[in-house]
Amino acid sequence: MTRRSQQVTKADPQKIWNEAMADSRLRESQFTSLSSAEVQPLYGPEDAPGDYDEKLGYPGQYPFTRGVHPSMYRGRLWTMRQFAGFGSAAQTNERFKFLLEHGQTGLSTAFDFPTLMGYDSDDEISLGEVGQVGVAISSLRDMQALFDGIPMGEVSTSMTINGPAPIMLAFYIAAAERQGVDPKILRGTIQNDILKEYQAQHAWLVAPEPALRMISDMIAYCVKHVPRWNTISISGYHIREAGSTAGQELAFTLANGMEYIRRGVAAGLDVDEFAPRLSFFFDSHLDFFEEIAKFRAARRIWAKKLRCEFGAKDPRSWMVRFHTQTAGVSLTAQQPENNIVRTAFEALAAVLGGTQSLHTNSMDETLSLPTEKAVKIALRTQQIIAEETEVCHVADPLGGSYYIESLTDRLEAEAEEYFKEIEERGGVVASIESGFFQSEIHRSALRYQRQLERGEKKVVGINCYREDEAGPTIDLHRIDAKVESEQCQRLIDLRAERDPKAASDALDAIRTAAQDGSNLIERFVTAAHAECTLGEIARVLRAEFGKFQEPKIL
Amino acid sequence: MQMTERKIRVLIGKPGLDGHDRGAKTVASVLRDHGMEVIYTGLHQTPAEIAEAAAQEDVDVVGLSILSGAHMTLFPRVREELVSRGMGEILMVGGGIIPAEDAETLRNDGFARLFGPGTNTDEIAEWIATEMKQRFEEEGDDQ
Repeated sequence: MTRRSQQVTKADPQKIWNEAMADSRLRESQFTSLSSAEVQPLYGPEDAPGDYDEKLGYPGQYPFTRGVHPSMYRGRLWTMRQFAGFGSAAQTNERFKFLLEHGQTGLSTAFDFPTLMGYDSDDEISLGEVGQVGVAISSLRDMQALFDGIPMGEVSTSMTINGPAPIMLAFYIAAAERQGVDPKILRGTIQNDILKEYQAQHAWLVAPEPALRMISDMIAYCVKHVPRWNTISISGYHIREAGSTAGQELAFTLANGMEYIRRGVAAGLDVDEFAPRLSFFFDSHLDFFEEIAKFRAARRIWAKKLRCEFGAKDPRSWMVRFHTQTAGVSLTAQQPENNIVRTAFEALAAVLGGTQSLHTNSMDETLSLPTEKAVKIALRTQQIIAEETEVCHVADPLGGSYYIESLTDRLEAEAEEYFKEIEERGGVVASIESGFFQSEIHRSALRYQRQLERGEKKVVGINCYREDEAGPTIDLHRIDAKVESEQCQRLIDLRAERDPKAASDALDAIRTAAQDGSNLIERFVTAAHAECTLGEIARVLRAEFGKFQEPKIL
Repeated sequence: MQMTERKIRVLIGKPGLDGHDRGAKTVASVLRDHGMEVIYTGLHQTPAEIAEAAAQEDVDVVGLSILSGAHMTLFPRVREELVSRGMGEILMVGGGIIPAEDAETLRNDGFARLFGPGTNTDEIAEWIATEMKQRFEEEGDDQ
């Protein structure tokens, strides 16, 4: 660190410190961030230059660096939202009720891979995967079972699904209508962020352009019919988990967000009509300060872009409201109880970074789906932060820290560099098709793995403080093989019981809309009521729109 | 001496609908750094597609990765497909979120090693190299 020399006659404390630093014996360590950025031993005022009002401002005010609400957690705590889903709709319904009974304030649905890819549970390709990593939802009936006894007009629901998101939302709307709930009052979020699927998470339905068209359709539909629904949760989580750095997570997520804005505007919507309903989803990893800075940088960048580049006038369009999940990749299968501690640090970073909702991972997730006990400890971790640590009284408590402000500036600059590069490469879709994002993420993942194996980065239980152990002693949560066979039987029954003409008419209407460009979502809702299955609707879309060909990067 | 110069050919496969490929791609890159020829199948492959690729590429090793919980169904299916193509003797390994008791079952079902979370990737490469060196030498002895 260099500090401008001060003209003083007496001893210069900075000079003394510099000399003392130079003489100090330092530990053998790289002294870099988790994302491999250089970190100085000390930060001072010159590392965080700039005008306070322009760069930070006040919570609830542009550029929102310090948070989106004036009172932050004094007004309302974050939503404690544990992601859950496994087995059949009925089993997940039970887990939902368990979580609500233990003080959880919102629901978050995990789907299995067949559902995420738009296949029915009884499709041949679904074999062995039904109900494994999430709940299997193939039809309106499954969706009704999932929310049986849960008032859909009162609960806020998050659904993590992307390729078939517009179809799944149609199931949700139809299920609410069957409960007698007006879709206008439904609250929740559907992830619906297809761009990051091609980049990192890899559960897609069709190629990028038609997928983006369906998203525009959905935004237009929701503006009119489901106005309180968050139509896209622009997600960095999966980008980070796939191996990106914090800076890449930030840059790629916001680049995707701006692409959705461009598409909405191109579809004829006013930016202020839909931008307030976009929300974000970030990872919270173990580098405490870098993560907090990332959340702050995200708010500042988005506010500037929406206001200055996209001309949004509604302050709600400028705000990054975000959900956070602690980093699954930071957990270890070895000494799994240590994961409780990792998750607690990550959760605290999310809270100090001003998250609107939070999922804390369970200690056993590197081994299987979480058990109820592990989920409860994860939820209690959030409750301890909220109730016992007293950190919630002050908005952006680390704002003004030289280190935090310097990191926030650095991450913002890194993101701007990437925005330029993506533009030079022809934009987000072109960069997906050329494998640019995928290569960048892979390179970062590989670098970290190398650092770990050389001992430059440490993980307790992996490359230091290891224990010889036979294996974990904690209980595992297993999915019964009956889930798959029973789910397949339900689909057979459904196809036998429904009105075949109504179902085939509904599929025809989807085919026509796919061709003539009229809004697909209302056809999906009709098809949901006609008990068309997810796989049947997806098959029509694949036939009309074509599949995505993954670019080879290896 | 000739035998050690033969390059080990490895197919890394992602069977099923699971999209988690960080581990598969990392291992593929590391094996390449260790001098092996590596073919990565890409995502969302059926067991038959993986076995077909293994046959066409004439690989010595098939490594499978699953993090979706479908390993007990899909790993044995890939093995069956390989056996039906006369490749039952091929060295098979796997990785992912695989509970210890499942790993035990799979080891009895023809999977020589299952590498779980936290495995050092150099150790994977070294283990495969050692195993294949032995196999190549045995092949040499047979001739």
